[in-house]
Order: sequence, then C-alpha cells, then structure tokens
Amino acid sequence: MSDTQNLTLVQAVRDGLKGEMERDDDVIVMGEDVGKNGGVFRATQGLWDEFGDDRVIDTPLAESGIVGSAIGMAAYGMKPVPEIQFLGFIYPAFDQIVSHAARLRTRSRGRYTCPLVVRAPYGGGIRAPEHHSESKEAFFAHEPGLKVVVPSTPYDTKGLLASAIRDPDPVIFLEPKLIYRAFREEVPNETYTVPLGKAATRREGTDVSVFTWGAMTRPTLEAADELSEEGIDVEVIDLRTLSPLDDEAILESFKKTGRAAVVHEAPLSGGLGGEIAATIQEEALMYQEAPVKRITGFDTPFPLYALENYYLPQVARIKEGIKEAYEF
Amino acid sequence: MSTLQRDPSDQVQILDDEGNVLEGATVPDLDDETLVSMYQNMTLARRFDQRAVSLQRQGRMGTYPPLSGQEGAQIGSVMALEDEDWMFPSYREHGAALIRGLPLKQTLLYWMGHEDGNKPPEDVNIFTASVPIATQVLHATGAAWASKLKGENKAFICYFGDGATSEGDFHEGLNFAGVFDTPNIFFCNNNQWAISVPRERQTAAKTIAQKAVAYGFEGVQVDGMDPLAVYKVTKDAVDKAKDPQGELRPTLIEAVQYRFGAHTTADDPTVYRDDDEVEHWKKKDPIPRLEKYLRGEGLLDDERVDAIEQEIEDDVAEAIAAAEAVPRPSPDEIFAHVFEEMPARVRAQWEDFEQLREMYGDDKLLEE
Repeated sequence: MSDTQNLTLVQAVRDGLKGEMERDDDVIVMGEDVGKNGGVFRATQGLWDEFGDDRVIDTPLAESGIVGSAIGMAAYGMKPVPEIQFLGFIYPAFDQIVSHAARLRTRSRGRYTCPLVVRAPYGGGIRAPEHHSESKEAFFAHEPGLKVVVPSTPYDTKGLLASAIRDPDPVIFLEPKLIYRAFREEVPNETYTVPLGKAATRREGTDVSVFTWGAMTRPTLEAADELSEEGIDVEVIDLRTLSPLDDEAILESFKKTGRAAVVHEAPLSGGLGGEIAATIQEEALMYQEAPVKRITGFDTPFPLYALENYYLPQVARIKEGIKEAYEF
Repeated sequence: MSTLQRDPSDQVQILDDEGNVLEGATVPDLDDETLVSMYQNMTLARRFDQRAVSLQRQGRMGTYPPLSGQEGAQIGSVMALEDEDWMFPSYREHGAALIRGLPLKQTLLYWMGHEDGNKPPEDVNIFTASVPIATQVLHATGAAWASKLKGENKAFICYFGDGATSEGDFHEGLNFAGVFDTPNIFFCNNNQWAISVPRERQTAAKTIAQKAVAYGFEGVQVDGMDPLAVYKVTKDAVDKAKDPQGELRPTLIEAVQYRFGAHTTADDPTVYRDDDEVEHWKKKDPIPRLEKYLRGEGLLDDERVDAIEQEIEDDVAEAIAAAEAVPRPSPDEIFAHVFEEMPARVRAQWEDFEQLREMYGDDKLLEE
C-alpha cells in the first residue's frame, strides 16, 4: 500500500478529521447533515459509518445551538469540531463564538478553555445562491482569543486541520470551497501537522511581494507566472493563518522586495489587506518603494452568480494590481 | 411521587406566605441542621446583597446586580445538588454560587473589576458567570451532553431569567437537550421583570414552565419564594436527570418570584413599577417564611437567630475587607490568558506597554 493518496482539498478535510478521530477519542464531529449524508460537500463522508452516532452527530438545524453546545462540550474536556454548512450562515453563532469561545480562557483565568474547531466552507465562485459565497474572515481575525486558519492546498489542509484540532484554543477553520475539488495533491496517509501561524512561500521572487490565502492563491500564482514573462519577478506568500498573522514572513519578504500587494476576495474596507499594509508601514517604512496595493472584492454585498466572477479578483485584475505596485 | 408530573400551571408550594405548611403538602425529608443551614444561607445571601448595593453607592464597587427576593430560589435549588453536579450561572446567582463554593470575596472582586473573581476554585463545579442573556443555556447543554457521552452520571443546573426565555439560545439549548436527552435542569428565575419589561412582554404563554412541552420533557412551576418547594422540585429534577425512569432527563423549572430591588445598581425600578406591586411580593419574602416555619418546628429561637445574624455580619464584613485589601491587579493580567501561548503581536504590545509604565510610572500613565 502506498504511503500517500492523491487527494482533493475536501478529501483532505475528511482524511484529516478521520486521522484525528482515530488518534483521540475526545474528537467529535457535529453539525447539520454531517452524519449519514456525509456533509453537503461530503467533507465528513463515511465518518458516521466508521465512528457512529456518538462521534459524528447530526444536530438540529441551529447554528448557535451547534456552536454553543460545542463550547460546553469543549469546556467539559471534549474536542468538538462543529461544521457550519456555509460561512454565510454563521451569523446566528457569531455571539457564541465571539462572546464565549474566544473569551472563556480569559474570563475564567485559565480554569476553563475552549479547544474547539469551527469548520466552515467559505468564499465565492461556485454559482451558489445568496448568502453562500461570503468571505468574512476579518470578523474573526478581529476578535482576540480566536485563531483563524485558511488552507489553500490538500497537504496543508490535512496538516493545518490536525494542528487546529490539537490546539488548546478555539480555531475558526475556513475552507475555500471554490478549490474543494479543483486539483489533487499527494497527501501522506499518516497524520501530520502543519504549524498554525506560519505562512508558506509559494513562489520566490525579488520584485514584488504578494500576500494572499485560500482560493485566491491559485489565480495569484497564475498572475505571477504571467508577469514573469513580462520581466516582473513576483514572490507569492500564502499566509495560511490569518490570526495570528505571520508578521515575520510578511516583513522578511517585503524587506527583500520593497513592494507589496495583497489579494483577497473579501471586501476592501476593513479587510485584512489593510492590516497587512499597516503592518508594513509601521515596521518597514524605510524599505518601502511603493504604496501597498490591495486587490480585493468590492465594498458591496457578494453578487448572485451571474456577476460573481466580476466580483472575485481574477488573474487579469491581480496582474494589473501587482503591476501598479511594481511600476509606482 | 415526583413533583414534576403535573400541569405546568399547577404551582408547587409547601409553605404559604405566612410560613405555614399547606394542607396536603409534604416537607422535604431534610435533617434539622440542613434546614437551619438553608435559612442561614438565605440570610447570608440577603445581607451580602444589601452590603454590596451599599458598597456600590459609596463608590467602592462597580455596577452590581442585586438578588434580594430571590434567595429562596437560589439557595433552595442549589442545596438540592450533590458535589459532583454542575452549576451554570447567570450574573445574579451570587447566593447559589456561594453555596457551590465560590467565596463571597471572589464575587465582590468580580464586581469590583478584578478578573480573578470569576475564576472558580479548581475543585468546585461551577461555570463562570455569563453576562449575555441565555447563552449559558447552550453551554450547560453541551457540558451535560459531554458528561453523558463520557458515561458519567451527573446533573447540570443552568440559571437564567424570564427575559432569557425570549432568546434563541434558550430554545436551541432546550431543543438540543430534549433531542440528545441530556441531564439538564433548566432553572428559570422568573422575577417578573427583564430590566423594565414585564414577564407578559416576554411571552404570551400562560406559564414559562409549559414551554418544556414543546421540547418533549417535563416543565414545572414552583413558588420560587418558598425554599422548601424549590428544594423539592429541584431534587426531583436532579434525581430524574441521573435516573430518568422512562422520562426524558431534562426538566424546565419556572421559579416564580420577585426581584425586590433594581435590575442593577444602574437601574431605577420606580420608573416602571408601582410600590404596591413591590409590597405585594414582599409579603412572600422567603426568609421570614422559612424562619416562621423553623421557629414553629423548634429549630430556631431569638437566641439562635441573633447568633446567625452576628455570624453573617462578621462573614460579610470579613469578605469585604479581604476583597478591598486586594491590590489593583497588574496590567500583565490584561495580556495573560488570551491564548495558552501568547502570540508575538500580543507579546509586543505588552512589552511596549511595560516600557511606557517604566518610563512614566502608573500614576502619571493613569492620569485622566
């Protein structure tokens, strides 16, 4: 038997969950349709057959109920991994996440902790109905006490998910559903971890640093490849964890290139692009050759799917943005 | 027979407003010492509350939510728990928390603005106070559910007010508890007012107890100012949570009572309710009711009451002195406990702030 499997990103989610559930009996999966149905995206397929009713739990349809009861379970020594079917449906659970999951350790001065992982598919590009395409990572990255993780490859997905589940603090694990099945990668059968809080350099370059994550990583790499043909050498950093941000990786790359762009599909205003630009300003002003360019979704509600590809940064828009940073 | 199997509007009572045992009612089988300690605990909670309000008025404490009037429900219910059981409080259960093992000094510290006040002692099964309304209902459900999955046999009581029954989390918590048959006791302190909004504005239902029907388990209404009735009902609910005998484990208890004072010290109840109403409910005060009963049983007399009052006065004074002797916490406490491992950014902010403190000194830095 081979030591690896060629998996899609969503299969890596499933494989990661399975590995952690085998490793630790306290890990349980809960949410809407996660049991017999295996999740609407099949991220939990087969887990119910293998682990049964007490560890793969179909809950009533109630987001606050799912996360709030998971908080009680986590505080009581379990490792719940609640799934919210789409990030755009997380708002009923927002109060539980920010008022309680994020604060339980602080409030109880360490007596109680909340080691849960809230998984949610997020982002646009799959022709989904209204409320199914939002990219609201900034809400959670703004909240002290939460970690926010976004994988962009199958290998990272399994390893980051394992780290998130083993982490003693609450993690919001956002899965870019546009690339759930877009490509495959060899993923070890064994469990392994990819550390939280560490960015990955996806492409080395010397002219412009581009910071991105999730589904935007691939079009950004494509734009970088095309720009290299025009003589612009782009470095692409996949942040992987949005809170805490890997400031070291951001600054190291920026100090090398002196120019930066950020690509995210969330709206521009109040998005993490602003946070990254401000960090560069505060910490590396003397290296700065050009303003930091943000290439993002618009400050509008995410459109229905007839227009979604205008909203999402595409290769051409990303290329133009990077060029602006380069040519300033 | 369990007190739980009845119509939700058939209120359980053992003592009448005067403290006489009602005809046909059975006093719970408690030993003399426990009955006297019930009275003592209630009196202590009342005295603590009066002093806490006074401390706030003197500027020695921040905003505080008073409990007077609710001692019967708090003490009667919490005394029905065993050590291994768990309590999930709202922000008003200072009396119940004390009996569970959270020292008065800590309750005072919390309302004096020290985070440490909210850290229960390691061996005490009480959760931290929840300020958002009804959110703790789900935490209690989740913890009870986890306990059941671990194969334990413990009960989980969760306190909330009448206003909380309007929140989604109340319904989601009870719904989950019914579906997953968790060992919960949902204890509604129906004190008639959610700040200024009356119970009738929270629900058109005749009782709050009857809401349990919708979740498939028993709901019972009890006179929340009758500590013996509250004890009895809660004890039955705890027993059922641990040994359901054909019923679903959870129970919803509606303890009908009254908050004599304000919602918090920042609130003025004279704006929204009449003195007559307050007077009407004061006739049901749980403390003189139990006192009258215990005197009748020969368990209390003037001498014993005086001794209890003196002891309480000393205990409360000691707790206040101890809390006030605690120095202002170090700003390190702001940065501690956000995560198990401090992220680099938080550490950098902490170090910058410490440098400023060293440069200026706290007095200069905190100048308004």
